[in-house]
Amino acid sequence: MKVAKENQSRRSFLKNAGMSVGALLVTSALPPFNAILFAANKPKGKGIWYGIAIDIEKCIGCGNCAKTCKTENDVPPEPFFFRSWVEQYTIKNDGTIKVESPNGGIDGFTQSVPDGEIEKSFFVPKMCNHCAKSPCVQVCPVGATFESPEGVVLVDDTYCIGCRYCVQACPYGCRYIHPTKNVVDKCTLCYHRLKKGLNPACMENCPTKARISGDLNDPESEVSKFIKTKNVYVLKPHLNTGSKLYYNALNQEVR
Amino acid sequence: MPIQLKRLLILGVVLVSIFLILKYLMTPESFGQYGHYRGKALDEVAAYPTKYVGSETCYDCHDSIVLAKSEGPHSGIGCESCHGPGFKHIEDPETEKLDKPNTRAFCAHCHAFNKARSEKAITQQNILEHNPEDNCTECHNPHQPQQ
Repeated sequence: MKVAKENQSRRSFLKNAGMSVGALLVTSALPPFNAILFAANKPKGKGIWYGIAIDIEKCIGCGNCAKTCKTENDVPPEPFFFRSWVEQYTIKNDGTIKVESPNGGIDGFTQSVPDGEIEKSFFVPKMCNHCAKSPCVQVCPVGATFESPEGVVLVDDTYCIGCRYCVQACPYGCRYIHPTKNVVDKCTLCYHRLKKGLNPACMENCPTKARISGDLNDPESEVSKFIKTKNVYVLKPHLNTGSKLYYNALNQEVR
Repeated sequence: MPIQLKRLLILGVVLVSIFLILKYLMTPESFGQYGHYRGKALDEVAAYPTKYVGSETCYDCHDSIVLAKSEGPHSGIGCESCHGPGFKHIEDPETEKLDKPNTRAFCAHCHAFNKARSEKAITQQNILEHNPEDNCTECHNPHQPQQ
C-alpha cells in the first residue's frame, strides 16, 4: 500500500514536470520570449539589409578610410576616438604577432619590423560590424541604440544616457564615449549618405575599392557576389553576434 | 476579504496607476514605432549633412581632368580621396579651394615599400632611395602617373 502511494506521487511528479517543461518550450518559441530561436537563427530582415565586405588582399593601408570617416562624421581628432581604423598585423618568424595602429592609420604606416624577421604582414581595416544580433543593442537599458529596419546599428544621441554599458558589450571595440557630448558614438555606415543614395565615406574614398557595402538580400548586389565568390570570414564568429562585416583572406591571428 | 488585504490592494492599485501615468508621460512620441527605440531617431541620423560630394559632381566643371584621369592607373580613385571633402568648394568655388597635396609623404601613404602591402595590389618604391631630393609630382603627373 505504501509502495503504491509512492509510485503514484512519482508519476504525478513526472507528469507535472513534463507539462511544465513542455509549456516552457512552447512559450520560448512565442514572440516576446523567443530567446532560443533568436539565438539559433540568423535574422535576414525584410527589404534592403545592409552588409559590408572588406578585401584584405586589396587593402594597402593608406588610412584614407579612417581619415575620411573622421572628416565626414565630425569624429573628435584625438588619436583614440575612431569609428573606422586600420591595424597593421606583422607575424614574425618566431611566431610572435605585432599589431600596430598609429593614429588609426591616418598618417600612414611604416613597417617597424625589419624585412628579414617578417613571416607575413597585412592590414586589417576595422569598423562596426553592424551585427544582426548586436550585443550592444541588447544591453542598452533605455533603447537609445538599435538596429534600424535596414540592419544598420545606430545611436539615438538625444536619448542616450551615457552609461557606457554598450561600450563594454561590443566585442569589436567599435564604440567610444564622445568627449563633449558625453554620449556614445559609433559608425552609422554613413546612414545619412545611404539615405541620399551615396556610398559610405570610407568606401567612396578607398583608392583600391577594398571595401564595399550593399544589400545582402539582393543576390545580384556587389556584396552578395563578393560573399559567394570569395572565402569570407567574420570576426569572432563563436560569439554569435550575427556580424555582417565579411572579410576576404582574413588570417586566423586577427582578433 | 480581510481589511488588511483590502488596504494593501488599494495601495497597489494607486502605485500601479502612478507608474502607468508616468510611463505614458515620459515615453517619447515615436517610441516603439519600429522597435524598442524612438522612430524619429532614424530621420535625425539621416538628416546629418554630407561632406564628400562624390566624383560625379567634380565632372561638371573639371571634365578635362576627370577624362585624363580615366585613362590612367588612378582611374578608380575618387577625386576627394586626395583633394579632401568638396562640400564647401561646390558652394563657393572661387574662395574655398581644395587641397593639392604634392609632398613625398602623401604619395608614400600608398606607394612606400611595406611588407604588409601586397605587391599585386600597388606599385611600391623605396622612398628613401628613389630621387630623395625631389617632389614626386616633378616627374609624375598625379592624374596620369605613368606619363
